[in-house]
Amino acid sequence: MEDILLKVDNLHAGIEGKEILKGINLTVRPGEVHAIMGPNGSGKSTLSGVLAGDPKFNVTEGSAMLHGVDLLALSPEDRSHEGLFLSFQYPVEIPGVSMVNFMRAALNAKRKYFNEEPLSAGEFLKLMRQKREIVELDNKLASRSVNEGFSGGEKKRNEIFQMAVLEPRLSILDETDSGLDIDALRIVAGGVNRLRTERNATIVITHYQRLLDYIRPDFVHILYKGRIVYSGGPELALELEEKGYDWIKQQVDNQ
Amino acid sequence: MSSLNQYIDLFEHNRRQLYDSSPEVFNRLRPAALSALERLGRFPGKRDEGYRNFSVDEVFAPDFGVNVGRVSFAVDVARTFRCDVPNLSTLLGVVVNDEFRPTATLLKNCPEGVTVMSLAEAARRYPDLVASRLGNIADNSSASAALNTLLLQDGVFVHIAPGVRLDKTIQIVNIFNASANLLSFRRVLVVVEDGASARLLMCDHTQNTDNDYLSSQVVEIFLGRGASLDYCDIEESSERTSRLSQMYVSQEADSNLSVNASSLTVGHTRNEYRVDLLDRGASAEIAGMAIAGGNQLVDSSTLIRHLAPYCHSNQLFKYLLDDNSRGAFEGLIYVAPDAVHTEAYQSDRNILASEGARMHTSPHLEIYCDDVKCSHGAATGQLDSQALFYMQTRGVPLAEARMMLMQAFMSDVIDRVRIDGLRDRLRRLVERRLNGDRTTCGDCAASCNK
Repeated sequence: MEDILLKVDNLHAGIEGKEILKGINLTVRPGEVHAIMGPNGSGKSTLSGVLAGDPKFNVTEGSAMLHGVDLLALSPEDRSHEGLFLSFQYPVEIPGVSMVNFMRAALNAKRKYFNEEPLSAGEFLKLMRQKREIVELDNKLASRSVNEGFSGGEKKRNEIFQMAVLEPRLSILDETDSGLDIDALRIVAGGVNRLRTERNATIVITHYQRLLDYIRPDFVHILYKGRIVYSGGPELALELEEKGYDWIKQQVDNQ
Repeated sequence: MSSLNQYIDLFEHNRRQLYDSSPEVFNRLRPAALSALERLGRFPGKRDEGYRNFSVDEVFAPDFGVNVGRVSFAVDVARTFRCDVPNLSTLLGVVVNDEFRPTATLLKNCPEGVTVMSLAEAARRYPDLVASRLGNIADNSSASAALNTLLLQDGVFVHIAPGVRLDKTIQIVNIFNASANLLSFRRVLVVVEDGASARLLMCDHTQNTDNDYLSSQVVEIFLGRGASLDYCDIEESSERTSRLSQMYVSQEADSNLSVNASSLTVGHTRNEYRVDLLDRGASAEIAGMAIAGGNQLVDSSTLIRHLAPYCHSNQLFKYLLDDNSRGAFEGLIYVAPDAVHTEAYQSDRNILASEGARMHTSPHLEIYCDDVKCSHGAATGQLDSQALFYMQTRGVPLAEARMMLMQAFMSDVIDRVRIDGLRDRLRRLVERRLNGDRTTCGDCAASCNK
């Protein structure tokens, strides 16, 4: 068990009685990068939502363990404290809540969870400054309301900034490349790579091979109709880029 | 039978005493008020347009005591205002029930050209000045306003002489404290002459919370040419204190009014605003915020009359309603036929934090002129569930995330407060209120004892 960070076993979940995930199995070890690819509607975002604890999804069967802790029994905030991070495909705008207050609340909640004292104002600001550099996030954005009026690129950089601050064990990047131009993509991917360690792991959810040029995966999984139907090495992503998803769909649908 | 009758009876029985103890300026207004009341015959109730959610008749129905005999109640001001947030140094006056009491600092520090005193005293000292405005900005078309005039005994008088720009904030603290249920008729007359400016902070508190209180308040404001007034009003009384406040404003050319009202703790409250933009370039901004829980009722009613060209008005009302509380907002912008280049905006936003909370909102525009920019909007909803989940995924506990969103919801109303130092305190006050702490005077936003 020691070397398994995430173990998803036969996970079934859905929304309003409609089953979307139909038995997901996935094992992620420290230091690894996994890419999950698949056509639209295959359940990629549902998987990330279920793992993060989005209340709109219902889990009907199976389990998900994060370093031996039963994720599904925890509230979203406790999943975060235990080391799970979800970078949203569409980061939510929160008018009236400043980035600074938001991150202070997040960080201090985590410290409280581990019975640590809150950070002093000085320590906190220093940390913010350090982490901002990782994704070249403008200082001005930190004083603004969370994501409000941010460009698409700024929102995604802000996600990686938050990831840098919270230092998760397992990060799930949900379509982080959507809405990014090539420069922003490079900065975001660069940030993710700088945050990689032997201890943590990343799941990259994406449509396209493009992001995987910058964040090199160790494993590529294809999600289709709520199941991981195919797994391989990084070369699988290139194959998908070339041939599309049709050959996979045919293979699965003909079974 | 209307509950109005008991107050007319009260007037008849105490006519002699009222007349004897009051200045001539007050007494001259009573006959017209009485005949208006006899004509109206009753207070408006739930069947009347504009009062569906707040029946004035019911609010006045209980047999409150009225302090006709001018019994003075002891109030421990020091205890009430043990404020732990310093730095807001004000010219402070205290109104106990309906009786004005100046403080030593007020008497000592009132600058040249600034008058803050008992309305009764002002009516004796400056009868012509007071008579020229009192009862001329408000009128007797509303039964409760007419009754306020009929039984008027004291109140607050604020006068800023032409061209005087007062830096210090004037603060009036209204305190209820009586040994029995009490109704107080409070009256405020604010005259800011041409080119003058002032800031006024009003706070409502209740000291002895074991009784039922009702305040019937009429505020008359006159702003001369180019005059400016920032008016902040904080209701932090008690759940057994109700209030009917009616503000009447007359604005001359290029005058500027900002009203910012917060209802934090109160039983049933109704705040009416009637603002007349009488001449070119006048502008009025009215912002209101309420946090209500339990069985609280918060009702606001606005009438902004654009009677001249190039005037500007902006209204923003935001309520956060929890438990079984109810909120109501009725707003009307009226634009007269020749009020060209009017700009008038009205926005009402509300959050229902529980199944039992209810909001009634009705925005109106009445425009008789083509060349205007006007808008109104109203929306009532719940806290954004996506934002809550987003915050949770970052580790912010749900309860704290809810709190942050509720505070954020109020932030644009608080940001409009123009009295420096008060914004931060209001934020803190809102936080405490949202935490469920029953505010006491010691937590007050303003440091009245400084």
